Amino acid sequence: MTIPARFTEPADTTVEAPPKAKRKAAVRREVGRSIPRLESHAKVDGSAEYIYHLRLPGMLQGKICRSTVPHGRIVRIDASAALAIEGVHAVITGEDIRTLIPDPYYGPAFHDQPILAIGKVRYVGEPVAVVLAADLHVAEEAADQVVVEYEPLEPVFDEVAATKPGAPIIHDSLRPAGMFPDLQYLKGRSGTNVALDARVLHGDVEKGFAEADQVFENVFRSRKVVHATFEPTVSLAELNGSNGLTIHTSSQSPSYVRAEVSRLLGWPENRVRVRTAFLGGSFGAKLYIKLEALVAACALLVRKPVRIGLTMEEEFYTITKHGATVRIKTGMAKDGRIVAREVETWWNGGAYADIGPRVSQKSGFTAAGPYDIENVSLINYAVYTNDPPAGALRGFGISQIVWAYECQNDIIARSLGIDPLEFRRRNILHDGRPHATGTIMTNAEIDEVLDRLSDRMHWDVLFDHGSGPVRRGRGLAIGFKACIAPTTSVAVVNVYGDGSCCVSCSTVDMGQGSDTAMAQIAAETLGISTETVRVIHPDTDVTPYDMATLGSRSTYHMGNAVRLAAEDARAQLLRIAAATLQTDIEELEYRDGAVISRSGARMTMRGLMLARFGMQAGTVIGMGTFTPPYTKPDPRTGQSPQITPYWMLAGAAAEIEVDTETGRIRVTKLVNVGDVGCAINPAIAKRQLNGAGTMQLGFTLFEEMRFNEGQVINASLADYKIPGMLDVPEDLSAELVEFPHEHGPFGAKGVGETGMFSVSPAIANALCDAIGVRIMELPLTPERVLRAIRESENRPLESE
Amino acid sequence: MVTVTINVNGEKRTASVPPETTLLRLLRDDFNLTGSKLGCDVGDCGACTVIVDGKAVNSCLMLAAQADGRDVLTIEGLATMDRLHPIQKAFEKYASLQCGFCGPGVIMSAKALLDENPDPTVQEIRDALGGNLCRCTGYVKMIEAIQDAARILRDEPVEINR
Repeated sequence: MTIPARFTEPADTTVEAPPKAKRKAAVRREVGRSIPRLESHAKVDGSAEYIYHLRLPGMLQGKICRSTVPHGRIVRIDASAALAIEGVHAVITGEDIRTLIPDPYYGPAFHDQPILAIGKVRYVGEPVAVVLAADLHVAEEAADQVVVEYEPLEPVFDEVAATKPGAPIIHDSLRPAGMFPDLQYLKGRSGTNVALDARVLHGDVEKGFAEADQVFENVFRSRKVVHATFEPTVSLAELNGSNGLTIHTSSQSPSYVRAEVSRLLGWPENRVRVRTAFLGGSFGAKLYIKLEALVAACALLVRKPVRIGLTMEEEFYTITKHGATVRIKTGMAKDGRIVAREVETWWNGGAYADIGPRVSQKSGFTAAGPYDIENVSLINYAVYTNDPPAGALRGFGISQIVWAYECQNDIIARSLGIDPLEFRRRNILHDGRPHATGTIMTNAEIDEVLDRLSDRMHWDVLFDHGSGPVRRGRGLAIGFKACIAPTTSVAVVNVYGDGSCCVSCSTVDMGQGSDTAMAQIAAETLGISTETVRVIHPDTDVTPYDMATLGSRSTYHMGNAVRLAAEDARAQLLRIAAATLQTDIEELEYRDGAVISRSGARMTMRGLMLARFGMQAGTVIGMGTFTPPYTKPDPRTGQSPQITPYWMLAGAAAEIEVDTETGRIRVTKLVNVGDVGCAINPAIAKRQLNGAGTMQLGFTLFEEMRFNEGQVINASLADYKIPGMLDVPEDLSAELVEFPHEHGPFGAKGVGETGMFSVSPAIANALCDAIGVRIMELPLTPERVLRAIRESENRPLESE
Repeated sequence: MVTVTINVNGEKRTASVPPETTLLRLLRDDFNLTGSKLGCDVGDCGACTVIVDGKAVNSCLMLAAQADGRDVLTIEGLATMDRLHPIQKAFEKYASLQCGFCGPGVIMSAKALLDENPDPTVQEIRDALGGNLCRCTGYVKMIEAIQDAARILRDEPVEINR
């Protein structure tokens, strides 16, 4: 077995040809270079900084005592046995937190989640108390000795059942958080488990179905899966002088953490400092508030530094991907065009909303797919259940939705006898046409994505399906996402007296390579080399506001802010030179730390500093703020002329082998194509696609959180398998579609999530191509596949 | 408490620790060698891999006391002040890592493999590193880097005087 040569990428120093730019066609020196990450040396010698390593003098370690029931009232908490253990400093409960924070409920969508449970628990694993001790082993031992007595309440776990009349109600009432502008439409509610029902209505779907020649209706399900980041979620808090607090945390959203912890404490934001380092993976697990409010409250209560780091098992009880049930109904015309589509989705948000309403609404409005459909109705329910909370996981729900529409599209294509690729071509939503939200599609290169998939798969060549017990199949799928809006990024570019430069921004490098991308953008703008730029890691005392590192938004939003900040710094330097040289700014260019005029005059950095500050030292500070335009959708119809700053288009195709005697699928080839606008760093962008594809491969073939009455019964990497080296397809490849986005920094769009979208349906479609069996529920485990095979042969296996 | 003396990266170091202390906690908490990562802490992810007497082990599954008197090589002992080991260089050149948290463990497993088998096939690399999980990359660039480092090491072996 060998890794095919096609995986190789351009040598690291290659300058790729600039794409068909619509802006001034300058030759680019820094953007488009596949340079290694700036921090790669620190990552190979083991010295890279992660918050998990941090120890503070005199700190206490916290161990969380967690709920053992999925739904119940807390009758009493008895900490006496725990407190009797030598070395235990304190046991903190929800009531203790209330002495400091009278209303200790947090959340980005609803203020529904208590820092520690108060009066009631809503899922197995919910934090109920924290034991603090200098020695972690002591804290762990004592946490087992905290006795909590519960009066059990009836739980509900299924997202559809939880919406039915008579279902147990998980939250008595809901209070919208009001923090993010895209969630302003959330309303206070009571007596329901549905946190949000978001609708998109386009055309007349009833009329569409009435006029259709054929109607297809299916239900697709995705099970809950988990991020399983390798650096455990960790936060530390320490008192900072007499009235401040510093939180060191493995967070993707330091600006949000500062705002939310300040709000909880009733403090001004400038008294809370939040800093991060590199994150050892995140994928949406480390967004909003996770442990930050808890360590902050503990540190303030005991007046000592407090650290809490989760175990891998606890990660399964902290945040998950949404399980989802998707009912999709599609009306077809005889000529293979989709004329109506109705999608109803129930999102299993677990016990606390976290960012579930955004997942439901944002993914929900794309649920008809990147297709031109006259009549569309989309309904999304964000549902509370007694599962662990669900939030963002690399795509904010998109892969659950694409799973439904791309599987059904294949069902329809096969039923109508149309080639699956041709079926998609006939229905594509082209640039200039309105999406179901009313927003006109632009800069969405879906045709090109399909062409590349077709080329890579040699789709027009007859495919050998094999014979005997192992059969072969191939499948493809496309998907898309609208980037979140509206959001803001702010950046500062600092040019020092010697011409070297730092970029200050609150984008978190969690492995996606944002430090390198931001340095490349600053370097390109300032005419210096990327390797000389330093990117300062998020520290809310130093780095300006950013909405968060999420949703593939950083390259576009922060990239634009960094570009603007660098342009601002450059303009200031040019103004200094213009005044000194008494020439027009247009005559001047800043490059390699000097200003050069067309007439040949040159001012070095030394000269610029002398001119500005009267000595050879000083700082020129450029600032950039970027907020793309957005129009709020009509709450009744979901219509908006401007729903998103950009669309991310993706396609995947797979060749598989399936053993019909065991049900095991082996993916032999996986191609991932992403429309990235323009890649700031092509090698890093391709690695994002391949990494995402591999992660989604796990979600497709074997990853599944298994529950028994709310208890996760496979909460370890021994029982919950993620892809290892032996699981990766022999032929794994990624391809970038590069047409510059008119408003992206140097044409770039986001790419972090793109490789996730289409992998699952591509593999399920390949399975159907191989053996004619259609599976409607993820993951495609050998057992599920074998059951489906035996079912199709009318000799079903015994049920479990 | 037990007293443990190990030869770590060529230096004899001693600590007195509770008997349940793992080698990983000894390295990280007592010797401040945080290059070896704590990921799952139960032997599933491989981020804590170090080399003990020439063999790659999950240091979270070995008690500190079991390492008493033995030679332990960690990621910090692989490079010299001014020079990365060829495996590290290859990982940098191929940009094999993303978040980097699994990296030291992967590199130490690769080192143990190449010490035993200087010319591994792709399948042998996959078998040897099957226990080193990574959530970010898709692994392909790691395999290429290990092959490249193997080529370089065959031409010009690196002795680590530990």
